[in-house]
Amino acid sequence: MLGVLLLAFSLVTIAHSDFCRPDAQNAFKVRISIKTALGDNAYAWDASEEYLFKAMVAFAMRRYSDKETTQISNVLLCNMTERVSFWFVVTDSAKNVTTVPGSEVEAAIRMNRNRINSAFLLTDNTLQFLKISSTLSPPIEPTVPVWLIVFSVVLCLVVAGILFLVVSGIRQRKKNNNESVEIGDLEDKCDTSVTTENGIPCDILDLKAGQINGVYAADDEQFTPL
Amino acid sequence: MENPRPLWDNPLQFVFACISYAVGLGNVWRFPYLCQLYGGGGFLIPYFIMLIVEGMPLLYLELAVGQHMRRGSIGAWKIISPYLSGVGIASVVVSFFLSMYYNVINAWAFWYLFHSFQDPLPWASCPLNSNHTGFDEECAKTSSTQYFWYRKTLNISPSIEEYGSIQWEQAVCLILAWLVVYLCILRGTESTGKVVYVTASLPYLVLLIYLIRGLTLHGAVNGLIYMFTPKLGQLANPKTWINAATQIFFSLGLGFGSLIAFASYNEPNNNCERHAIIVSLINSSTSIFASIVTFSIYGFKATFNYENCLSKVILLLTNTFDLEEGALTADNLDSMKDYLTSTYPNQYVELLPQIKNCSLEAELDTAVQGTGLAFIVYSEAIKNMEVSQLYSVLYFIMLLMLGIGSMLGNTAAILTPLTDSKFLSTHFSKEVISGTVCFINCIVGLAFTMEAGNYWFDIFNDYAATLSLLLIVLVETIAVCYIYGLKRFEKDLLLMVGHKPNWYWKIMWAFASPVLIISLFIFYLTDYISTGTLQYKAWDATQGELVTKDYPSYALAVIGLLVAASTMCIPLGAIIIFIMKRLKRNVSTLE
Repeated sequence: MLGVLLLAFSLVTIAHSDFCRPDAQNAFKVRISIKTALGDNAYAWDASEEYLFKAMVAFAMRRYSDKETTQISNVLLCNMTERVSFWFVVTDSAKNVTTVPGSEVEAAIRMNRNRINSAFLLTDNTLQFLKISSTLSPPIEPTVPVWLIVFSVVLCLVVAGILFLVVSGIRQRKKNNNESVEIGDLEDKCDTSVTTENGIPCDILDLKAGQINGVYAADDEQFTPL
Repeated sequence: MENPRPLWDNPLQFVFACISYAVGLGNVWRFPYLCQLYGGGGFLIPYFIMLIVEGMPLLYLELAVGQHMRRGSIGAWKIISPYLSGVGIASVVVSFFLSMYYNVINAWAFWYLFHSFQDPLPWASCPLNSNHTGFDEECAKTSSTQYFWYRKTLNISPSIEEYGSIQWEQAVCLILAWLVVYLCILRGTESTGKVVYVTASLPYLVLLIYLIRGLTLHGAVNGLIYMFTPKLGQLANPKTWINAATQIFFSLGLGFGSLIAFASYNEPNNNCERHAIIVSLINSSTSIFASIVTFSIYGFKATFNYENCLSKVILLLTNTFDLEEGALTADNLDSMKDYLTSTYPNQYVELLPQIKNCSLEAELDTAVQGTGLAFIVYSEAIKNMEVSQLYSVLYFIMLLMLGIGSMLGNTAAILTPLTDSKFLSTHFSKEVISGTVCFINCIVGLAFTMEAGNYWFDIFNDYAATLSLLLIVLVETIAVCYIYGLKRFEKDLLLMVGHKPNWYWKIMWAFASPVLIISLFIFYLTDYISTGTLQYKAWDATQGELVTKDYPSYALAVIGLLVAASTMCIPLGAIIIFIMKRLKRNVSTLE
């Protein structure tokens, strides 16, 4: 009886170690970077954390398949390193000694990635499932691009400035034109009075004789005779 | 009664306008690059020598010509000698080419500015690919900042032949940029004079903020040490001196006609000698100031990337060999690498191609200039700072101020000759003329918003102004010294400034500067000829990096046209005037 039990136990252990190997079928490598994520608040990775990890994977499998069959004992971890990286595989207790297909495990983990990350206070980058690519969240795009808003504001200001300057320039020129026309009218009015040239009224100057300017002495002898 | 020539409200406006024009993007994105390539702190020696030999004299010459003749470039050179009206026209043509493509930079600055109001900054991380499993392919190959520049901003095509369509986002930013420029120049000196107070002083404020922020960044000291360690060996390299001369020349904006235009709005007795010295000194010190800021940012970015590279290597090794977290640090990395090589030789050899040799020197050595520096390197540094939105907004406002300040000078160079001409100013008002110029430039500028637009931008940037300006300034100097006569010029200066120029100015004008410009000209010609086919850098989206390609023949034709259009004006102008005079003489002798 004991011998049979021993044999069964050793078979199971061998089977288990067969299942969980680096690069085994349906096995995934996990890499955890606690110090990078948490710095001084980093916790140590020990057996209890491993237990939590197994529980989270079992939880993810249960959520995904809606069957309450996956147990913590179904999740096998191996090849733990100092890096904190290890391989894990999920066995199927319904069918004897087989592993759950990798695609199912991948889908289950993808679906519950957030929950798994938050259980360990880590992110997609610091808790890496090496074959499972994470879907990156796109940045939030506002409905109207911000640059268009700023652009429109600046454009309106500039156009308003141009219009203001152009209109005030036109008004200034009109005022100048009106003023010069008024000044012209004023001068015309003054001109209707007697036109004078050097203090002598013009109509007298029109006489053919003209006026003799006494400053220049009409002294013929000053001029050289021809 | 003729309208009197508009004047600056006070001499300070004139100085600010010149500073705003001269201090432009070149001070921020070209000088630090040259400093890095040609000997760090040692580059300052040829730079200051060239400033004294070339910069100050030529600047004083242009300001004096403008202030005395009280006309834009075409009118001023016509007064000096009727055969030289071609020089003025060449200046206007070059300014026209410049304003066509320069405002596109302002459009890009607006684009980045508007995108800075988001959290997180859009160039901080790569966008996701279509099924959200990872990052976009192109972005993953390069960095997120390069991706944002090449894909989101430019949407660049793989080569210059593939035009693509006009990017509407860039087009509206360009239209906005031109509207802003129009708003500033609309009323002539009345509006420009007030705007330059802002465009000249705001960049200094932002640079100061960045200086304080930059110096307190982690790793900034690395950049500063790298920059200022003089590598005096470079002084023996002729390229160092040539680049110093070229930088002074183009940085001051000589030959475009903008300085003549600005000076023509001065009071006749303005002391332009003092102003020339002030402007050139401020321009050079701004270059140095900007490179201190740039190099502290470089140092920060290089240190950040170096530390990133190290942590990637550490992570790779930790994961492959399943070592405990934190066992590998930056300090023990080398000794641990040796240990791992000996303990797990096979696995280590397999891993070798993936392990990059991280080197701080290599990161600092990546010298970048131009739009690559301003929009890629700086935005990469900004995204890693705290409160990155604030710094991003400040930085792009500064770029805008610098760019708009230079645009004001460029448009003044085009508009002053147009408003001087009696025909145009009697039939059209100032607003209509400026509006038409802005409109034409905007329409042509839309070509630069196409997918291949950046390649055409590079063509204009490299070839539209370089050779032509050297020729224009050479003719200007020779004209003033030998055709107009140095004695006559001295008398004019005595009238304006109050004393005759001393021997330093005369020697520089008559001998040193022309000789220098001729040697620069010869160097550039031989350089162009010896290079053979001209090449350009195209962005390859599949590899995520720049590749070198040859220009197609029609691009070469455009380059030739650009250079010819401006340089040919000088001899053509002289020939046409000569022919007209001959005809008039024949007509008058016949009568």
